[in-house]
Amino acid sequence: MDPHSLKYAGTDEWVSLDGEIATIGISDFAIQALTDLVFIELPGAGKKLEAGKPFGVVESVKAASDMYSPVSGEVVESNVRIVDDLGVLSTDPFGDGWLLKVKVAAGKLPDGLMDRAAYEKHWAAREH
Amino acid sequence: MPLHTACHAWHVAHHGRMVDFAGWDMPVQYSSIVAEHQAVRTAAGLFDIAHMGRLKFSGPDATKFLDQLVTNDVAGLELGQIRYGLVTNEQGGILDDVLVYRFADFHLLVVNASNRLKILAWIEQHRAKFQVTVEDLTASQFMFALQGPRALELMQPLVDVDLAGMKYYVGAPAIVQGVPGLVSRTGYTGEDGCEVIVPVAVALRLWETLIERGAAAGLLAAGLGCRDTLRLEAAMPLYGHELNETIDPLTAGLAFGVKLNAKDFIGRAALVAIKANPKPLRRVGLELAGKRIAREGAVVFSGDREIGNVTSGTFSPTLQKSIAMAYVAADQSTVGTEVTVDIRGSREAAKVVKLPFYKRSQVQV
Repeated sequence: MDPHSLKYAGTDEWVSLDGEIATIGISDFAIQALTDLVFIELPGAGKKLEAGKPFGVVESVKAASDMYSPVSGEVVESNVRIVDDLGVLSTDPFGDGWLLKVKVAAGKLPDGLMDRAAYEKHWAAREH
Repeated sequence: MPLHTACHAWHVAHHGRMVDFAGWDMPVQYSSIVAEHQAVRTAAGLFDIAHMGRLKFSGPDATKFLDQLVTNDVAGLELGQIRYGLVTNEQGGILDDVLVYRFADFHLLVVNASNRLKILAWIEQHRAKFQVTVEDLTASQFMFALQGPRALELMQPLVDVDLAGMKYYVGAPAIVQGVPGLVSRTGYTGEDGCEVIVPVAVALRLWETLIERGAAAGLLAAGLGCRDTLRLEAAMPLYGHELNETIDPLTAGLAFGVKLNAKDFIGRAALVAIKANPKPLRRVGLELAGKRIAREGAVVFSGDREIGNVTSGTFSPTLQKSIAMAYVAADQSTVGTEVTVDIRGSREAAKVVKLPFYKRSQVQV
């Protein structure tokens, strides 16, 4: 997916909506900052997510970080492949490194998500 | 204002991810902790450790005074010999873990960056009866560690002492790239290698020479991140994690650095009592069944019984397993004991394993 066509949460998740199905991943910046990933935990199909609430954990050698859902809805598919091959997250965070497909109850993305330009500014303003 | 080592600008220019460590602005990693870790295990890694405190002791009572301060036997050190020891308070609590070096005209005490000011104050408090001069060389001297199976061959052309002929835990004054310094066969990675002290004025030139000459051999600049994963695989304790003022060296499993019968020292009486009546706590290694990392503070359980806490944990790049060190109840500390660790609310299976997690195959002595 083209990173410029995606929406971003302040907590570094990206989301793209196709019909009522949202695809969720982690931004390239966040993956680069984490480095040395060792573990990811994703919810399975059927799990209800709430926008702004944690849906899983990603761990690197340095730290464990919660991931927050940018949307409210129900998980229809999680990317089980990356659980055993975290390298994909680094090499293709916007493609094969997607995390979840979620059926969005509202049929649209919530307000308050950022476009790429705003997210880049948001990232740069934080200390890393 | 954070303290900077003589190679600080180099670290920043080479994408070091800088963090505050005991008041020093130090690189955690340049590329990846795992890549730097592997470089040390398979080739060589170059560490800026100039934040470590370096204290020089001279004068007629230097040996006697150090024997008061340190749990290991200082008077028994041979020329050039280095020993690991602890500085303990009257209760036997650990104020710091240190290396003591004996040279011809002086002794060197290398202390943790986080404890340097505390140890300097401790020295001031106890030196009155001794004729001793204590100089803090930390700001005027640079210190680096070159670690890994290729470390000695990379260092050798730059020094006038025979490194391969130098035994482990031995050091010597040496001419390093034309300048007087100190070289020792020591380290904190579980790998062979050396540590070198030189005047700050020549630090950067030496650092760049090693980086340039080592590149073909696979040498990488290595940050504090992999220093931690390397020492953890080697089960070396880290002050502030496995060691603190509420823990004594015997409980910490460091009896090899405590010589109760060699001499008197501050804390000896307390340690004699603890030895006679050991605390019901042991430092152990844990290996987790899954990949999640049991980090400092995580609670260890045996069934529903809380038996201890994790002090350090990481994902071991060498073993490809999640490992941790913990203090647990002595009756649950036998190798093979099945336990669980609470990782962010989830009970993860683990078992007690033998330390160290990693030992290099050819120990050269």
